[in-house]
Amino acid sequence: MSDEKILSIVKKIYRFTLSVFIIIFTLFLSTIYYYNDPTLSLLIPKEEKNITSSKSVQQKNAGIIQDGIHLETGLIEGEGLMLVVQNCTSCHSAKMITQNRANKEGWRSMIKWMQQTQNLWDLGENEEKIIDYLSTNYPPQKKGRRATLTNIEWYNLD
Amino acid sequence: MSNRRDFIKKSSLATISSILGVDIVFAKNLPKDVLPLLLQEEGFYTKFNKHKDMVILNDRPWNAEAQAHILDDEITPSSKMFVRNNGLIPENIDVDNWNLTIDGESVNTPKSYTISELKKFPKHTYRLTLECGGNGRSEFNPPAKGNQWSIGAVSCAEWTGVRLRDILEDVGINQDAVYIGYYGADTHLSGNPEKNPISRGMPISKALMDETIIAYAMNGENIPLAHGFPLRLVAGGWPASVSGKWINKLVVRNKIHDGAKMGGQSYRVPCTAVAPGSKVSDDQMCIIESMPVKSLITYPKSGAVISENRTLNVRGHAWAGELKVNKMEYSIDFGSTWHRCELKAPHNRLAWQRWSANINFPKKGYYEVWARATDTNGTMQPMVLPGWNPKGYLNNACHRIAIKVN
Repeated sequence: MSDEKILSIVKKIYRFTLSVFIIIFTLFLSTIYYYNDPTLSLLIPKEEKNITSSKSVQQKNAGIIQDGIHLETGLIEGEGLMLVVQNCTSCHSAKMITQNRANKEGWRSMIKWMQQTQNLWDLGENEEKIIDYLSTNYPPQKKGRRATLTNIEWYNLD
Repeated sequence: MSNRRDFIKKSSLATISSILGVDIVFAKNLPKDVLPLLLQEEGFYTKFNKHKDMVILNDRPWNAEAQAHILDDEITPSSKMFVRNNGLIPENIDVDNWNLTIDGESVNTPKSYTISELKKFPKHTYRLTLECGGNGRSEFNPPAKGNQWSIGAVSCAEWTGVRLRDILEDVGINQDAVYIGYYGADTHLSGNPEKNPISRGMPISKALMDETIIAYAMNGENIPLAHGFPLRLVAGGWPASVSGKWINKLVVRNKIHDGAKMGGQSYRVPCTAVAPGSKVSDDQMCIIESMPVKSLITYPKSGAVISENRTLNVRGHAWAGELKVNKMEYSIDFGSTWHRCELKAPHNRLAWQRWSANINFPKKGYYEVWARATDTNGTMQPMVLPGWNPKGYLNNACHRIAIKVN
């Protein structure tokens, strides 16, 4: 056998081995990817993904404040915000805060009620800061004995 | 699902706040990017198969109410039924091995029933009005803490099950029985397995009524998960919290039941009337029993614009707790004059009653249609808020809608 022929056989073996290796490696990578992302979400257009996967929106919004609103919870930005996020929203929705209104005394009594009946922990020196935040950003509004109808969406019935 | 998504995308903030039934405070500060957060709540509508016009008040635990215009059905479908939870909805319910145990001081020998054993007792079906004790809380001034329900925490579905009385007779209860308490499979928000989210009940007299049932079906199907699958205690006309969900144990007590949310200020109002904003000690608070007389305008939806000389058909439901509604009236001049509506008898005791009226408006302009029900005791709904109470219960003030005649 000439040297040339030996060289050509060696090259062929080299190419064959390389191709097999590349195929196995690619399969290996795909398997790992599929294992981590069974829905193949990266292959789906990005816009659709943002709507279907709300958790990613939430994670993306964690800690972000825009125009005075903490995006993750919808709470108003202010001194004590993160204390409220940490101590209140681990047990209940921030909506429990944003839909309620009270003065210092009112918020204090809600905290006391949660401590007595709902397993809320002792807030220590943070209690005053939390109450300050709540009574400043969610104070009572004067509503009278019956409010005017507002936000009427007019539509044609005929 | 996509309808709601489009709907939210297209809605202005004003629309969203009107859906929420409250002003979005600092709405002008709310950035556009916050709107996708509302989309996160889509899960609620699909998971519990709820109508897109249901309004979420709280997502942990889930609490949501209907709006008046989606409550027009004579029998409330599950999709339009308010959701009120004190704890977390149980998961992985094993119906075949579900047991209802009857125990307590006033029971000699505790007894357990599987669902198929319960179904051997005579079957009864009733339409029963269930209204949250805190329905209407959002209007109170000074504000009361808790979920800020507007008007939609009420339903009248058709419940099928066995009479609690039949079960209690089968178990055998002592003469000293005064109260029934329930326990359910829901879990406390804190995650503490030792704590019950809610364990309320009713006096034995209410428990022994014909219409007080242990239901295994609602509107002819299995009870939906959010409404108590597989067993719910149903006591129409009383605060809906008396109608325990996911029940697995009932206790017959020789004293007033002392489970979670029976004591303190929960589901209680001052025994004697107090001035708005007063502090009331726990021992001066009395348990709410029958709900007060009330009505809703379910058609048309508020905001209708109609042409002059057109007769407007207005209709809705009226109910009165343990009592019946005797008279139904409407006013288009803020209560200066009242006119009779047509009022139907209830399908059965404790079911809401259909009412309707044809209204002719005298001239063009802005009108409000106010509706007022009167019960068999002659008690009527107030136009202003009823007596203030610390927790904001029992707001039965007249419902009203806005109409424009062009």
